[in-house]
Amino acid sequence: MTQILIVAEHDGKNLNLSTAKCVTCARALPGAQITVAVFAVEGGAVAAQAAKLTGVGKVLLIENPANAHALAAVLAPQVAAIAGPYPLVLGPSTTFGKDLMARVAGLLGAPQLSDIMAIESATRFRRPIYAGNAILTVDTTGVPKLIGTVRAASFEASAAGDAAAPVEKVAVDVPLPTHTRFVSVSAAKSDRPDLQTAARVISGGRALASADGFKILYSLAAKLNAAVGASRAAVDAGYAPNEMQVGQTGKIIAPELYMAVGISGAIQHLTGIKDARTIVAINKDGEAPIFEVADIGLVGDLFQVIPEIERLLG
Amino acid sequence: MKRILVGIKRVVDYNVRIRVKPDNTGVITDGVKMSVNPFDEIALEEALRIKERGGAEEVVVATVGPADCQQQLRTALAMGADRALHVVADGVIEPLAAARALLKLIEREQPLLVILGKQAIDDDNGQTGQMLAALWNRPQATYASKLELTDAAARVTREVDAGLETLEIDLPAVITTDLRLNEPRYVKLPDIMKAKKKPLDSLTLADLGVQAPQQLKLVKFEPPPQRQKGIKVKDAAELVDALKKKGLL
Ligand SMILES: Cc1cc2nc3c(=O)[nH]c(=O)nc-3n(C[C@H](O)[C@H](O)[C@H](O)COP(=O)(O)OP(=O)(O)OC[C@H]3O[C@@H](n4cnc5c(N)ncnc54)[C@H](O)[C@@H]3O)c2cc1C
Ligand SMILES: Nc1ncnc2c1ncn2[C@@H]1O[C@H](COP(=O)(O)O)[C@@H](O)[C@H]1O
Repeated sequence: MTQILIVAEHDGKNLNLSTAKCVTCARALPGAQITVAVFAVEGGAVAAQAAKLTGVGKVLLIENPANAHALAAVLAPQVAAIAGPYPLVLGPSTTFGKDLMARVAGLLGAPQLSDIMAIESATRFRRPIYAGNAILTVDTTGVPKLIGTVRAASFEASAAGDAAAPVEKVAVDVPLPTHTRFVSVSAAKSDRPDLQTAARVISGGRALASADGFKILYSLAAKLNAAVGASRAAVDAGYAPNEMQVGQTGKIIAPELYMAVGISGAIQHLTGIKDARTIVAINKDGEAPIFEVADIGLVGDLFQVIPEIERLLG
Repeated sequence: MKRILVGIKRVVDYNVRIRVKPDNTGVITDGVKMSVNPFDEIALEEALRIKERGGAEEVVVATVGPADCQQQLRTALAMGADRALHVVADGVIEPLAAARALLKLIEREQPLLVILGKQAIDDDNGQTGQMLAALWNRPQATYASKLELTDAAARVTREVDAGLETLEIDLPAVITTDLRLNEPRYVKLPDIMKAKKKPLDSLTLADLGVQAPQQLKLVKFEPPPQRQKGIKVKDAAELVDALKKKGLL
């Protein structure tokens, strides 16, 4: 029997899908007993969502006005305070989870495994290194407490069932720092599907040449109900905001359909799309490395091809 | 003295095509170009700019690793760091061990700010900065793309999944860098000559009283599964047909 604690990611109202993916990862451990911890100001609704996920045995709800924003320095001591009974503590490999879990590991003096992509046994895990150019198998035998982040693109989300696990309110009485203060977040609102969970993604690169150039992608994306992503070069040049970046230092995604438009296919970009089911590449350079990984390639000028596709879709 | 400490890790250069050793015990590093981790170059650049603006008096770079790491410390000195500290250690240095060693250096150097990379591009762990901030019991601001310092605090813009988040943190603190924080300067030849005269102190983990047991056993390195090479279509109409056949449209 392995007691596993999963730290939930949420926005105060909804549980982030990455949490359900952590649950699937945890279920792969032999004899997994899964507890999800929700840290919030008022987290009843989020806890109820977590309680319904298949495989979850218990939900701990820790409510505190200090939890209004997900500040690692504030959350980590609370996670550490309840982590005692759990030899394995998991969080998602999102910016939330990466920021928080390693701080928890530091507080507990425990080693961390980042980006767990597969579980082979109770003590054997696989994770990508060198931007996904090598896969490492790690053995954790003898480690009394392990912290992990779960590579969301490697796991399906655990489904919500009818039965609900019990939700237990827990008071965590630890001193919380005031040295870290939330100021603001610029979450650009868009009607498009979320990049990390969309079934279809269209990404643009440097070739789009301007923020205006991206409009032809937004237009096609609307027709396909697709999310829009970008290469680092496009983000650096200011054609697209940073939250759209796909790749080693951006988002790691696994859509059914990924269309790379005017993207050369640098290794750091490909890292982000390795798990896409079908990759389409549109590039005017037939030698571009993106064609080595594309399932369907089209050599052509994107400024002609993209509007043409849109027209063909009617 | 207002001091900034910057963590430097020696890694396989980001342009190198990584190959796994045939016996699966690691990746090939013999005869391969080694560099300063790109995120650490950005960390150093930021520290140098703060100093140039008068926000700090000294920039100290530090690494924990084998003798070869001196090369990367020299590069950092050539970029403009004032001093280098080399904690000589062989074998695998896990992030927790690196953080423990860096904490000891912090206790000696009393920096105002510690800047690390958000991740090392070899192990892709992304842990050391957060662990160090936890051990030091100080604020952390990870994935920084903008940094403004006042006397006792910093305002940091962070690249997060939702967009850009701004935090205010009291100093001293740990900051980890994202790629868009700045563009590191190039090292000029005369600077490389000058760097040879800058102080580079070597010490050992034992000098610092740090133990660095390897807790995670690296069992096997494998190349990733290769994708099958696909088909080429000649125009938009063929592309749309192919996608329809696959049930994707
Ligand atoms: C540490 C590190 C981390 C990185 N992380 C990331 C990351 O997370 N994500 C990422 O994307 N990159 C990342 N990079 C950068 C990466 O190495 C590349 O520089 C970047 O991906 C290139 O972007 P691009 O393909 O848009 O631009 P380019 O490489 O300039 O490619 C543009 C392509 O567009 C094609 N083109 C031009 N005009 C047209 C046209 N009219 N029609 C069709 N095709 C056209 C060209 O043939 C070319 O192939 C990272 C780099 C480093 C060092
Ligand atoms: N051995 C080390 N010596 C000095 N700095 C390090 C070392 N390991 C990691 N760091 C710093 O911590 C950052 C994150 O590394 P990692 O947690 O290994 O991904 C790096 O970019 C460095 O700034």
